[in-house]
Amino acid sequence: MSDSLYGLMAKFDSPEALLAATRAAREAGYRSMEAYSPFPVEGLDELLDFKPSIQYLVLIAGIVGAITGFALQYYAAVISYPLNIGGRPLNSWPAFIIIMFEMTILFAGIVAVFGTLGLSDFPLPYHPVFNVDDFRQASRDKFFLCIEARDPQFDVTATRAFLESLNPEAVTGVQP
Amino acid sequence: MATQTDYADVPVIAPGHTYASVTDQVTDVILTKKTPKGWLLGFGIAFFFMMLMLYSLTVLFAKGVGIWGLNNTVAWGFAIVNFVWWVGIGHAGTLISAILLLFRQEWRSSINRFAEAMTIFAVANAGLFPIIHTGRPWLAYWLYPYPSMLNLWPQFRSPLVWDVFAITTYVTISLLFWYLGLIPDFATLRDAADNKLVRRIYGILALGWRGAARHWSQYSRASLLLAALATPLVVSVHSVVSFDFAVGSVPGWHTTFLPPYFVSGAIFSGFAMVITLAIPIRKFYHMEDFITDRHLENMAKIMLATGLIVFYAYIMEAFFAWYSGNHYEKFMIYNRMTGPYAPFYWALIFFNGIVPQLLWFKKVRRTTWMLFPIAIGVNIGMWLERFIIVVTSLHREFLPSTWAYYAGTFWDWSLYIGTLGFFATLLFLFLRSMPMINIFEMKELIHHVSHRGKEH
Repeated sequence: MSDSLYGLMAKFDSPEALLAATRAAREAGYRSMEAYSPFPVEGLDELLDFKPSIQYLVLIAGIVGAITGFALQYYAAVISYPLNIGGRPLNSWPAFIIIMFEMTILFAGIVAVFGTLGLSDFPLPYHPVFNVDDFRQASRDKFFLCIEARDPQFDVTATRAFLESLNPEAVTGVQP
Repeated sequence: MATQTDYADVPVIAPGHTYASVTDQVTDVILTKKTPKGWLLGFGIAFFFMMLMLYSLTVLFAKGVGIWGLNNTVAWGFAIVNFVWWVGIGHAGTLISAILLLFRQEWRSSINRFAEAMTIFAVANAGLFPIIHTGRPWLAYWLYPYPSMLNLWPQFRSPLVWDVFAITTYVTISLLFWYLGLIPDFATLRDAADNKLVRRIYGILALGWRGAARHWSQYSRASLLLAALATPLVVSVHSVVSFDFAVGSVPGWHTTFLPPYFVSGAIFSGFAMVITLAIPIRKFYHMEDFITDRHLENMAKIMLATGLIVFYAYIMEAFFAWYSGNHYEKFMIYNRMTGPYAPFYWALIFFNGIVPQLLWFKKVRRTTWMLFPIAIGVNIGMWLERFIIVVTSLHREFLPSTWAYYAGTFWDWSLYIGTLGFFATLLFLFLRSMPMINIFEMKELIHHVSHRGKEH
C-alpha cells in the first residue's frame, strides 16, 4: 500500500502553522519531506536542512565572464588585429574594463537565472503533488507539508496519525 | 494594522487584505473574459501609433536617413536624443526592482512588476534608435565581435562599442530578472484559471513551479544576487551612455561629471514615467489598495532628490564653462542660454528644475492631480534636456563656416511618436495578460505587516 503512494500531504491555514508542523515532523525524525507555500516563508529551508547553493555558480560565472571579456578584447586588439596608433600599447587594459564588467554581469546574471531553474529541476511539467486536488491553493492562500514515502520512517497509518495530530485542515494521500 | 505608529500614516497596503483577496484582485484582471472597453480603446490608439512607427521605419529603410533633419554639422539628431531618453526611462524599473530590494524597501512590492515591464519596453525602443541611426540597420550585427571573413573587430576602446555591450547586457538581465519574478505568479495564474487552454499556457510559462520551500530558498537567494548584479549594472549603463558624449572633445560634452549627471537624470525621468503610468493604471484597475498614496509620495521624493542633483548639474555645467576659461565652452553655454535653442533650454530648466520644487510640499506629493502634471512635465523636460545636450553642442561647430540649424522633420516626429505607441501597445498587452502586481511579494508583505501588528 505504501509503495503506491508518493507521500502524505497535510494542509494548513497559515505560514506559522506550516513552520510549526515542519518543526514537529523534523523532531519526530522525518527527513524526506517538503513544505509548499504561496510565498517564501523564512526558516523553512533550515528545518529541511537545505542551503541555497546558487551563489557559488554565480561567482564562478562572474569570474568566467570577466576572463572571457578580457580574453576577447586582448585577442582582438593584440593578437588578431594589432593596430599601431602612434605607438600606444596594444594591450590598453584600462579601456577594456567596461566590457569586462558588462560580461561579468551578463554571465553571472544568466547563470543566476538558469542555474536556479536548473538546480530546482525546472522545467518539470509533471509532479505527483499536483495530483492532490487542494494543491491548487498552494499558490493562493494555503500551506502544505508533504512527508514522502521514501522516508525510512514513513508508514501510511502512523504518518497519517502523526500529521492528523498537527491540527491540519486536511490530510491527503499523494498518488505518484 | 491601522495603528502602526512606527510607520508613516498611510500604509503600503490597505488594511483588511488577505492572501486570497490579493490573489483574486490581481488575477481577476487577467482571467476575466470581458476585456474592458477602456482597454480596447487605449490599445486601439496605441496600436494606431505603433503602425505609424512601422510606417515611418518602412519609409526610412526605403529612402535612407536623408528623410530626417540631420545635416553634416548636426549628425546626431532625434535618434540619439530618443535613445538616451528611452534608456533613461528604463532605469527606474531596475532601480525599483534591484536597489530598493537590496535596501529592503517593502513598499516597492506593488510597483516593481510594471516598472520592470516598463524598463523592458523602454529599452526595446531605445535599442531601436542606434540601430536605425547607423543608416544600414541590416549590418547592425557588425557591432558585435565575431570571427568574420573581413578579419575586422569592433574598436574595443570606443565608448560606442561599450554601449553595445552595456545595452545588450541590460536588456538580457532585465528580461531574465523579470521572468524569474513572474514564474511564481504564472503558477498562481495556472492554479486560478478555470479555462483549460489558459491553464496550459500559464502552466508552460510557470515551468512546473509548485512553491516548494527548497525552491523558494534557492529562488530568494538568486533574486538577491540578481539585484546585487543589476544595481551596478544600471549605474554602468547610463554612465556608458554618457561616455558616448564625454569622451568626445566637443564643448558641453567633454566633462567629468557627465556620468553621475546622466545616471541621476535617468532615474529622475524614469520615476516620472512610473508616476505617469501608475496614476492612471491604479485608477483604471482600482488598485488603490495596493498602490497607495504612500507609493506615489515615496516616488515623488525620489524624483525630488534626483531632480535636485540634475538641477545642480545644470548649474555646474554653466559654472564649469565659465571657470574653465575655455573660449569654446563659454560660447557653448552662452549660445545655449541665448541662441536659437534658448526657448528649449529655459523650458527644460522650468520643467526639470523649477516645477519639481513643488514636491517639497507633502500636499503636492499626495495629490494625484498635482503630481501627474509635474511628472508629465519632467518627461518633457528630460527629453528637451537630451535634445539640448545633443544639438546645441553640435550646431555651433568650432568653425563658424560649418554652423547650421537643426530641426526634426515630419519623419523624425512620426517615428518618435510611433515609439510611444509601441511602448503603450506592449504595456496594454502586458496589463491584459500578466499580473501587473507581484502577487507573491504582496503576500509576503501582508505576512510581515500582520507580524508587525502583533508585536505592538
